[in-house]
Amino acid sequence: MTENYTALYEQHKLAGASFTDFGGWQMPLKYSSELAEHHAVRNAAGLFDLSHMGEVWVTGPDAAAFLDYALAGKLSAVAVGKAKYSLICQEDGGIIDDLISYRRGEQKYLVVPNAGNAAVVAAALAERAAGFDVVVDDVSAEISLIAVQGPNAEAILLTLVPAEQHSLVTELKYYAAVEVGITVNGAVQDLLLARTGYTGEDGFEIYVPNGDAAGLWEALLEAGDGHGLIPAGLACRDSLRLEAGMPLYGNELSREGNPYAAGLGPVVSLKKESDFVGKAVLAELKALGAGSTSGRKLVGLKGLGRRAGRSHYPVLKDGNVVGEVTSGQPSPTLGYPIALAYVDVEHSEPGTALDIDLRGKPEPFEVVALPFYKRQK
Amino acid sequence: MAKVVAELKYSAEHEWVAADGSGPANIGISAVAAEALGDIVYVDLPEVGSTVTAGETCGEVESTKSVSDLYAPVTGEVAEINDDVVSDPALINNDPYGAGWLFKVAVTEEGPLMSAEEYAAANGGEL
Repeated sequence: MTENYTALYEQHKLAGASFTDFGGWQMPLKYSSELAEHHAVRNAAGLFDLSHMGEVWVTGPDAAAFLDYALAGKLSAVAVGKAKYSLICQEDGGIIDDLISYRRGEQKYLVVPNAGNAAVVAAALAERAAGFDVVVDDVSAEISLIAVQGPNAEAILLTLVPAEQHSLVTELKYYAAVEVGITVNGAVQDLLLARTGYTGEDGFEIYVPNGDAAGLWEALLEAGDGHGLIPAGLACRDSLRLEAGMPLYGNELSREGNPYAAGLGPVVSLKKESDFVGKAVLAELKALGAGSTSGRKLVGLKGLGRRAGRSHYPVLKDGNVVGEVTSGQPSPTLGYPIALAYVDVEHSEPGTALDIDLRGKPEPFEVVALPFYKRQK
Repeated sequence: MAKVVAELKYSAEHEWVAADGSGPANIGISAVAAEALGDIVYVDLPEVGSTVTAGETCGEVESTKSVSDLYAPVTGEVAEINDDVVSDPALINNDPYGAGWLFKVAVTEEGPLMSAEEYAAANGGEL
């Protein structure tokens, strides 16, 4: 696989990042300590390079009807300026990716898939577009994405926004987006700003052309001086999203799984009048009680000891395998081990005592409601 | 770049050994390993009085991201363990060659060990 580098690679190198491959991209894993970066996001702010994420524009008279067909959610019901979390499924209900779609106009959506899936999603959308009057344009290679996450994110961002536009930022709701003027390299530029994130904190994601990415990154770092902002890598992004109970494609979500088992039933709009890819099988799965009365279900597990369960470790009940961990590690915020795991539905009730097989040693865990961590508003 | 201390010897599994023959050898993990592991949150050490065998696992080191086996770089009886590092594993990241030492062994036989130069050359450490 060819290695991809974001427009911010030099910035990361200068900041002393250690890198990891993620979805074919060389991404900063951490800059110094992933724990310090995690706590900075919870208590102050962290700056993330998410340029590995994809960006696909869907435009044209049939844009809304097309996305209703291509995705599991009802995208036609999204108001202009708002965003929606959705899934793109196979005919058999398997999950190709989870993605966020921003409605930027009556006939205009920005679809944001995960890094490793961007090309696959763009191809699937293009294929599904047959018969619809839409243009599917994958601009992933041209656009960088920078996130500021944490309780101080708004204050930091406002220092780069002209005063007369402050209300656009302060009044921006969660899962909404707006074009706002942001000062980059000494000039005010209109950039797409979304109040979204993957950390469980308040925060923003900013879409910026590659050529201005470094300028925006530096400007945000400078603006964050005095607000506790530090650059934050993928290691803490993973621990933050896990605490927030958010699924990661490849861990919790896959083509072999289905939305009901993953707890994403509400994301699937079976009530949508129009057909969509996967609808027939998903309706059948729901009728069979997938994720509620049959099969396995994604649950949160809280460790009673100090040892963490890791991806692929077996989950046991009285010594018998009843599930498998998909993500797990010690929670930096909560101070105990947490894990997401698929377990047989009969053992999925909160309060159920289970063990994780830690390389031959059973370690006690308990099923708990998700998310593990919820911020105080 | 992670530091490699010249006066120590190193195993291929990234343990360092400080042995001057005057008493039990002091053992820890290198800064190269500590850095690669990330923030260490748990350490499982052999028991005092138990015998460890060079090249065999004798404990575990768990970081936020992964779990790694701890290999004994020497054979002998464990004379002492560092209780401070058990209660505060971050000591390993902060001071891997000092306060982050792990355990001491009355050595009967050394496993294959490298000089600091050899270890640094093989693992990209800085002398």
